[in-house]
Amino acid sequence: MADATTGPDQFTGPTPDNAIREADRAGRTEPMVAADGTPLKRSLNRALRRQKLRALALISPLLIFILVTFVAPIADMLFRSVENQIVSETLPRTVVALEDWDGTGVPDEEVFRALAADLVVAEELKNHTRLGSRLNYEMTGMSSLMRQTGRDVDEIGEVLTDQFVELDPAWEEPATWVSLMARDGWVEDQAEWVAAAEEAEAAQDAAATPEERRALAFDEPEPTFRVSDAAQEAFPRTARIYGQFADITQTEDEDSPTEEEPWNIVYQALYEDLSAGTAQGYDGPEADLVARSEAAVSDFDAPSVRSFFVDEIDEDWADPEVWGTIQAFSSPYTAGYFLSAVDLKLTPDGIEAQDADQSIYILLFERTMFMSLTIMFSCILLGYPIAFLLSNLPMRTSNLLLILVLLPFWTSLLVRTSAWKVLLQQQGVINDILVWIGLVSDTNRLALINNQTGTIIAMTHILLPFMILPLYSVMKTIPPSYVRAAKSLGATNWTAFWRVYFPQSVPGIGAGCILVFILSIGYYITPELVGGTTGTFISNRIAYHISSSLNWGLAAALGTILLVLVLALYYLYDRIVGIDNVSLG
Amino acid sequence: MLGEVFDMKIKTMLLGSGAVMLIAASAVAQDGQTTESPVAGEPMADEMTIVSWGGAYQDSQLKAYVEPYLEMHPEVQVTWDESSAEAVAGMRAQSEANNVTWDLVDVTAADAMRLCDEGLAMEVDIDEIAAPAPDGTEASEDFGEDMLVSDCFIPQIAYSYTFGYRTDVAEWDGNTPSSICDVFDLETFPGRRSLERRPHNNMEWALICDGVAMDDVYDALETEEGRQQAFAKLDTIKDQTVWWTAGADTPQLLADGEVVFGSTYNGRLFSLIVEQDQPVEMMWDTQSYDLDGWVIPADLGEEELNRVKDFLWFATDTQRLADQAKYISYGPARASSAPLVGEHATLGIDMAPHMPTNPENATNAFVQNYEWWADYRDDLDAEFQAWLAQ
Repeated sequence: MADATTGPDQFTGPTPDNAIREADRAGRTEPMVAADGTPLKRSLNRALRRQKLRALALISPLLIFILVTFVAPIADMLFRSVENQIVSETLPRTVVALEDWDGTGVPDEEVFRALAADLVVAEELKNHTRLGSRLNYEMTGMSSLMRQTGRDVDEIGEVLTDQFVELDPAWEEPATWVSLMARDGWVEDQAEWVAAAEEAEAAQDAAATPEERRALAFDEPEPTFRVSDAAQEAFPRTARIYGQFADITQTEDEDSPTEEEPWNIVYQALYEDLSAGTAQGYDGPEADLVARSEAAVSDFDAPSVRSFFVDEIDEDWADPEVWGTIQAFSSPYTAGYFLSAVDLKLTPDGIEAQDADQSIYILLFERTMFMSLTIMFSCILLGYPIAFLLSNLPMRTSNLLLILVLLPFWTSLLVRTSAWKVLLQQQGVINDILVWIGLVSDTNRLALINNQTGTIIAMTHILLPFMILPLYSVMKTIPPSYVRAAKSLGATNWTAFWRVYFPQSVPGIGAGCILVFILSIGYYITPELVGGTTGTFISNRIAYHISSSLNWGLAAALGTILLVLVLALYYLYDRIVGIDNVSLG
Repeated sequence: MLGEVFDMKIKTMLLGSGAVMLIAASAVAQDGQTTESPVAGEPMADEMTIVSWGGAYQDSQLKAYVEPYLEMHPEVQVTWDESSAEAVAGMRAQSEANNVTWDLVDVTAADAMRLCDEGLAMEVDIDEIAAPAPDGTEASEDFGEDMLVSDCFIPQIAYSYTFGYRTDVAEWDGNTPSSICDVFDLETFPGRRSLERRPHNNMEWALICDGVAMDDVYDALETEEGRQQAFAKLDTIKDQTVWWTAGADTPQLLADGEVVFGSTYNGRLFSLIVEQDQPVEMMWDTQSYDLDGWVIPADLGEEELNRVKDFLWFATDTQRLADQAKYISYGPARASSAPLVGEHATLGIDMAPHMPTNPENATNAFVQNYEWWADYRDDLDAEFQAWLAQ
């Protein structure tokens, strides 16, 4: 077959492709040369590349459209199944401090101090509730714990604030803090900005018309606050938290650090820094105040942050499991969502099975597969005879019947599903008829809806055209003479059908099965409306996590698993039946 | 007509003096007119997307204040989005995508708290958003602390979750249910029930009927044992229950005779019983109060925000909230609106006896703890959904 001249390429002749192959096959040692002296291979490649580029340019609008509107959002959504930056971003200090924790007992004071600082910032930015929701996916109770903590966490350090202020009222003044913390020149820049703002305001007051006033509006923001290097060195913790305070004051509250007294937690950090002695020999602004305070802090009454968390806020903070969860989920990427999606969970001690009362996903995947297969087989059973009939009737009759098949296909999905509700419910048409015939008693009407039966019936009906149409188009091409020939050679009707006709219709069954199965595995609306609680699919659960529980990571993980499952089944199908045997007509 | 022109004149004449303005304002307000909002005259967007619940409730909003507002401001175009049930997810998605397309969102009190906590809704000063009562009472006082449950929440109505039951069930032998626990009594009251597909209220009702005192319900629900107890009670009717997600489900199921008992918002049952005259009765026992109101998405553009403020000033004033009660039996959130609640717009019946707050209906009412739900919603939802799926 693979003859050298008419090999894989059936069309011989001077096409560029063939020429290259020819050259390869000939196995020449000297390169063939084109008219201008360049090797033929290269010059041909160049010509081919131009052709390919042109083809690419032609399809590029569609390609870009699909990439931007379809592939990118899906990839972004699927990326959420492993993304877990929220913990390390919301609790940066705590995550670092927890690295040394061995997982037993309650972490030490240092960890709680880090947590306090992180949570004050998170609370100001309203991030702590999101963090709580995130951790709640892993451990029930984290959401309420974070919310409650958010309400009280600003009290930490209050006692120290009072003592600093008592020692010297200057600590109460925003100006003291600014001069202690600000980078060189910020104070001057800020003063200039204030002057400019006042000038603009005066000009506005003098303006005659509202339009003029608006044109004169001063909307330049205050110069961004930066902490000085000296402060960072002498007061590492204070500088960090004060920097965040100034940033939030400027960007979130649209206020100025020169006007606002710092949070209590800043005084807590100051106490920690001064006690640690990093400020010894500090000679920047306010050096005198710092030196006096440093001498005084050893006499301060500093309540334990740890006991505040445990005793005042919530005793759950003494629960090692809480800390274990934070530690286990502190890395920016996690397998946690995928584990949850298969009823496992990531705990401090490794991977464990989910509690029995919360493990539902394997069950739902199995149910989805089982119901999709059931629907697929009912579609074959109902669709095959119809397609057979359609393809063997005279054209006029078969066209009429085909319209009957297509009519529901063109009707809105919601309408058809709602119609099934009316038909199937206990006081519905089907039950009424059954009671009227006397097949079931009035008190014992069949439950045909809000369960698996309802979903299977409604979805079989809805997906039936996807089975009938490919079957029909394949059966149309089967020549009736084959069956006639079989019969003339002595085959019974059944043998002629089973041995001759049916094998030729298999490609249609294959196409119908793939269509119906893949469509039903991701079906959402119909099971949601008629499935009750036992007839719902995994897709309903995905929708629930997207729109109600907001657990997008888990939804993405479930979606990824579903996608992989479909691809795996497709591969399996290709291996067993062969995708070439599928015909859509 | 003449009166209106005259009022307009008074208003323009007195502009500039705040104190006199107030008197003019209250005089005008009694006329059914409203005062000019504080943002009147500022540049405003002409399009507004309002998110609400659809159905009879959205109709009541449309008739009571959206249509009247559009008559006064014909340049404005209002787009409705019936996504309130998924408001939290929607607002989070829009905020993450940095593309907020909603201008005003109607949510329950618990959702408002969640949105406020997550920084997705704007914190408001109610006195700057809502007009004072006709007698000059500040809005904050007129709504009262009980209504202003969150800094982001602009209350509209008090409603309740109640049960309706069919009056023609032969198997009941003439018994009529009178207590919430009859819902759990399959022997005396056989037949299918419909309950909401979320833990709210169901958990509370189950505990109350399992002997937990109303005041201890939330303490019990905080514990694992309490939740197990509630689930065990719900297990007794689980296979006889249809779970609803939309407020219109239960009325439909009751009308079809699919269920004999069903919980839903009292206004939906009102429209089923009174407007559609179905063989269904209301059972007010242990009705569970809840609030509903507006939130404004955070980070709204200035012009959009001005439009929303201008609309809210009108839509939440005393007369407008009282008008809403003409169309649906929900209690207006303002104290000053209560005396103005009159008759049903088309049926001409007195609305007061159908309000959840009517003393006769409220003898054994349960007050949902929104704050508790804002804290524990995530926890309980996970367990409840798992319980349902098993």
